[in-house]
Amino acid sequence: MIAPDIDFILRRHAGAGRDALIPILQEVQEAHGYLSREAIICVSRHLGLPASKVCGVATFYNEFRFRAPGKFHVQVCRGTACHVKRSARLLDATATALGIKPGETSRDGLFSLEAVACVGACALAPVLAVNGEFHACVGPDSVRRILDFYRGKAARDGTDGG
Amino acid sequence: MITIDANGRPINARPGEMLLDALRRAGLSVPTLCHVEGLPPSGACRMCVVEVEGQRALVPSCALPVSEGMKVRTHSPRALRARKTIVELLLANHPDDCLYCVRSGACRLQDLAEELGVRQRRYGGARTASKVDTSSPSIIRDPDKCILCGKCVRVCEEVQGVSAIDFHGRGSRTRVSTAFDEGLNVSSCINCGQCILACPTGALREQSHVKEVLAALDDPKKFVVVQHAPAVSVTLAEEFGLKPGTDIAGQMTAVLRGLGFQRVFDASLAADLTVMEEASELVDRLRSGGRLPMMTSCSPGWIKLVEQAYPDFIENLSTCKSPQQMLGALVKSYFAERQSLDPAQIFSVSVAPCTAKKFEAERPEMARGGAADVDAVLTTRELAQIIRMRGLDVGALAPGPADSPLGERSTAGKLFGASGGAAEAVLRTLHFMLTGKELEQPRMPALRGPKGLKETRVRIGDLDLGVAVASGLASARRLLEDIREGRRRDLQFIEVMTCPGGCVAGGGQPLGAGPEAVEARMQALYRIDRDERVRTAHGNESVGRLYREYLGRPLSNRSRKLLHTRYARRDVVL
Ligand code: SF4
Ligand code: SF4
Ligand code: SF4
Ligand code: FES
Repeated sequence: MIAPDIDFILRRHAGAGRDALIPILQEVQEAHGYLSREAIICVSRHLGLPASKVCGVATFYNEFRFRAPGKFHVQVCRGTACHVKRSARLLDATATALGIKPGETSRDGLFSLEAVACVGACALAPVLAVNGEFHACVGPDSVRRILDFYRGKAARDGTDGG
Repeated sequence: MITIDANGRPINARPGEMLLDALRRAGLSVPTLCHVEGLPPSGACRMCVVEVEGQRALVPSCALPVSEGMKVRTHSPRALRARKTIVELLLANHPDDCLYCVRSGACRLQDLAEELGVRQRRYGGARTASKVDTSSPSIIRDPDKCILCGKCVRVCEEVQGVSAIDFHGRGSRTRVSTAFDEGLNVSSCINCGQCILACPTGALREQSHVKEVLAALDDPKKFVVVQHAPAVSVTLAEEFGLKPGTDIAGQMTAVLRGLGFQRVFDASLAADLTVMEEASELVDRLRSGGRLPMMTSCSPGWIKLVEQAYPDFIENLSTCKSPQQMLGALVKSYFAERQSLDPAQIFSVSVAPCTAKKFEAERPEMARGGAADVDAVLTTRELAQIIRMRGLDVGALAPGPADSPLGERSTAGKLFGASGGAAEAVLRTLHFMLTGKELEQPRMPALRGPKGLKETRVRIGDLDLGVAVASGLASARRLLEDIREGRRRDLQFIEVMTCPGGCVAGGGQPLGAGPEAVEARMQALYRIDRDERVRTAHGNESVGRLYREYLGRPLSNRSRKLLHTRYARRDVVL
């Protein structure tokens, strides 16, 4: 079964050739938040491309995610200003605290982690954003506190990541 | 012809060809790591760089078209330095595993490190620790030894039309992998092993059955028999330094006995049986309006391709098992009965030029009563390893004959080892079955040689038969697409072999064989066919006896039970 929204996207690209691959993947990611296995298979069938090739292209670009984003999507800025303020360390600390690598989603579905290019808040460097809320001048030590804040919020809402 | 100057010596070159090809023809060896003969250059590895007068940078010779008056230096200090640096960089994150590596001694990376005088680790890189993929019954992938030359990816896509693997990720995280990084066993891989032949390193190898076979040979309670495929006797010699195209069938039989196999059978005899069954099946389809064109079924990679990508053609496949599986079934039925052996006591080994045969032997349809008909499959390379391990000298043994009753073959069965040979063999017998007379000209030049697609028309009585032969699955796919589009209604019989050129170029064959070696292996089979007396399956007295004593006739109930099988659609990610 093809999910209706993917079906809709593919219909818009009826008869498309392989040069439509990246735009299609972008639209699918836009709709789902990530590229699921099923979605990639649908796209590769639609374009008559081997799935290995589509995976190859998709994994070449940093913009594509292969796991459903968590309830809280954590972005660590790796732009120049943040880099100068040692955002590499921040990214490492966040990854350690969450037990996942960039591009992954935690097992409980609560958090996902992404390294992003400049978010345009250089004055606040290094920046960590959670679902679009910016946290400024985050040192590696404050990561756990920030994450706990969101954990608490999830507990209060009585939700898990689903 | 144009002339270029190589290292101060004039050499001939063909207009439009790549410099590397001209240099090699002139006997100048320039090393390569990513070049695949016959495929467009990829220019990925830069090992083949040379100095070209008038160009500032070194140029990869595999991707540089020749031009009149071109002056090149192939081994200038600068070119050598560049090559050495490339190797040193490749070694930076390479596991120092040579002592434990299957490829040691046959590894291009190791050779080049040695040739270029790499004596110390100049660059230290972070090692990757990827999981070795052992999921496939045929192929093992060890990504840490991969140097990302891309040959496997291109062969899988361009020669085999499968594309089970591709480059994933980028930068330092680039790797070769299947769709979704899943195991090869659940991928679209058809187990052909052509990627192993292409790989310059130990990153790809066959799933070895050496241990199982040695254990069986050492087990006094086991009755261990072996069969060898048609294309093994003409390639095994290469593993012992002899010229490609040397047939050592007799010595090989003697060596197999020396290793302790209690019976040495010849799968070419089972190929003769395949011919009898397949020709009868074709007669049947022609007379009763069955599904045509009928397609051969002896190549397990091809079968898997049809099951997963062309299920609409499953009915076109002959229901015949492959020779390996026919013989396997007879060993544990006919032979066991004659010898009063319990089939459970028999350990049945097949030596094949093929990695897909390992997969085939494990197919659930190829077992009866829960026990596999063929217990282990060794590639030609693995057999050579066992021979070396046991210290046997292939050249020193007196040739021995194969064992009766499953050892005497015709040359028709032997021809199965080359692309086109199965079709030729079937046509000889088909002619006899339909007209009662032998073909006047049993040799069919149009179906011989290494081309990917060969065709001919054969007149049999008042029948005019269209025959096509494809080898290399990319060629087979093109043919299938044409048939699907209704463009090839003129064809009634099609032979497909998975590997380009047929089993002589199988994924389990000795490494490092170029097109000339493959051609020489084919010629060896053609010589056997030219020189021997019994050239048809129906003329093989042992086949006649087998039918009289046990099977009845082709397509009898017993034949159908033992020698035929079914295929089914396979759900894999393509
Ligand atoms: S792949 Fe080659 S260089 Fe690497 S460990 Fe094996 S033999 Fe040595
Ligand atoms: S065994 Fe054949 S199909 Fe499988 S990955 Fe290698 S080349 Fe491709
Ligand atoms: S697995 Fe072998 S052939 Fe494939 S890219 Fe790696 S080194 Fe090259
Ligand atoms: S062989 Fe020429 S670039 Fe690899």
